[in-house]
Amino acid sequence: MIEISDLTVRFGGVIPLDSMSVTFESGTCGLIGPNGAGKTTFFNVLSGFVAPATGTVRAFGEDLLAMPHYRRARWGLRRTFQTEQAIEELSIFENVAMVHEHSRRSRASRQADVLSAVEFVGLETDPHSRVGTLGVRERRLVEVARAVVGEPKLVLLDEPAAGLPDEETEHLGRVIREIPEHTGALVILVDHDMELVSACCGVTAVLDFGVVIAAGETAEVLRNKDVMRAYLGTEEAA
Amino acid sequence: MEATGSVTSLRSSLASSVHLRRSEAINLVVVIAVVLFAVLALPSMLSLYWIDTATAAVVYAIVALGLGLLVGRVGMISLGQVAVLALGGWVGAKLLFATSLPYPVALVATGLITMVLGTLIGLPALRVSGLYLALVTLMLAGAITVVLVDTNFPNGGKGFLGYNDISTGTPPSIRRPSIASSDPAFFRYSVIVALLMFLLALWHIRGKPGRAWVAIRQSEPAALAAGVNVTVYKMWAFALASFVTGVAGALLGSSSRVLYAYQFPTSQSIVLFAVVLMGGVYTLWGAVIAAALLQILPGAFTLWGVSNDWATILFGVGVLQVLTTAPAGIAHQFPRDAAKLGKLLFGLARRLAPAGGRAP
Repeated sequence: MIEISDLTVRFGGVIPLDSMSVTFESGTCGLIGPNGAGKTTFFNVLSGFVAPATGTVRAFGEDLLAMPHYRRARWGLRRTFQTEQAIEELSIFENVAMVHEHSRRSRASRQADVLSAVEFVGLETDPHSRVGTLGVRERRLVEVARAVVGEPKLVLLDEPAAGLPDEETEHLGRVIREIPEHTGALVILVDHDMELVSACCGVTAVLDFGVVIAAGETAEVLRNKDVMRAYLGTEEAA
Repeated sequence: MEATGSVTSLRSSLASSVHLRRSEAINLVVVIAVVLFAVLALPSMLSLYWIDTATAAVVYAIVALGLGLLVGRVGMISLGQVAVLALGGWVGAKLLFATSLPYPVALVATGLITMVLGTLIGLPALRVSGLYLALVTLMLAGAITVVLVDTNFPNGGKGFLGYNDISTGTPPSIRRPSIASSDPAFFRYSVIVALLMFLLALWHIRGKPGRAWVAIRQSEPAALAAGVNVTVYKMWAFALASFVTGVAGALLGSSSRVLYAYQFPTSQSIVLFAVVLMGGVYTLWGAVIAAALLQILPGAFTLWGVSNDWATILFGVGVLQVLTTAPAGIAHQFPRDAAKLGKLLFGLARRLAPAGGRAP
């Protein structure tokens, strides 16, 4: 469980997060909102790249913001990036293994953990191939494998399906849905693909201008009038 | 279905590891051949002039190795490595004069002390990167050079601060190991030390720090998200580069017997960066090529009576060539072009000799 309360981020006069408060219980949770709503900023706060002006984040009973950013991965925070960031020069195996070797897991478990993560995401490419030689789909899967290897507690997926064709998105959706059961982690999925979000997430929160305007069961949230307005603009404006 | 998939992937992974082992085996054979040739055959083939030049090349191969690690692995540009070399030379000279430590111990101690000093030079890397880091390290190198010149760069004499004025006669020589007091023997000794430094670097590159470094080079956020303590690993790279450069400095002192501040001009760091780029920063062979360019070429020019300025001009053209046609440097370009040339010659030979072969 992760409880975010009163989280505010200021960049000069811009306020990408405006006393955001939300709680995600378990499973795969969605976080949606129009461009510029503050979704990535929220992830950056959790990762430790952005220091919030106010607010607290309690994740599984621990104060996440008090941890130095590199320590958070060791604790179990994992993320993927909007622009995929698998390390090109390393092999698939090394990419996943390097996350493992900075985690709490023992060296003895590395090979088995890494191969199991690679298998879990459904990568059938030779694990010794260099990531720089792979296509978009495989790189995405490598990044997801990096996020689930070992014992993740909180997995943040930032538009993992961006740029993927439909059938690949479906495969990725199946993988994302299985992460909580497979690893025990809480997953937060940010995406613009509503089909993917509906398929993966039991609950979803909606951010608009840094404020959570709706949260609850995904199907209900997507029918919510405020949410429609945030996405489509108000009638007055139209 | 699933079983077939995993079997195929297992098979292909085995195939690739065999392939990996083969290219590594070739590399190993080449390394052993080069080292054996350098240690056993080369000293008897060369004049004293060339032995000294070759020793300098070996020393600079270690320096280039350090800079190559910073640039090629972590993506940090330091223009202060020659100043670090000067520090290593000074520390080594003083340790060798003031103590009776066994030579290898003095080498390691020099490396460790230089490591501490060089890591301090690397501290700005935590705040700035790219051009700004290059500029800051260049300024620091300039400052170090000024201090060394101003304090008369202790070059000998008793104790830690002893200094001998050159005008009063030849200063005492910096100690060499007793097993390698002659020039050819010291050349062999340097080759072995350089080999150990390259192995040390390779051990890092293949391991956890190497993986952390390439992650940092590609994207710091991605490295952080993977749990890499970017600060520690950047400093680690500077520490390792400074350690090997310090060892190189001590060797340089013993090789030339006397050190002068003018041997370490600040501008030399920029030339070093250029030749390291030319040699190639992504493989360790690049450092060997860089050292050959930096020492053997000017050595030949001196012998032929050609001005050394031509070397600088050549390096400028060379960097341009490398950056436009082969960003991975000569170490990457040469085997590729040699393979192409081989194919071309083979094709020509086949075309030119159809008489004995089948008619088309």
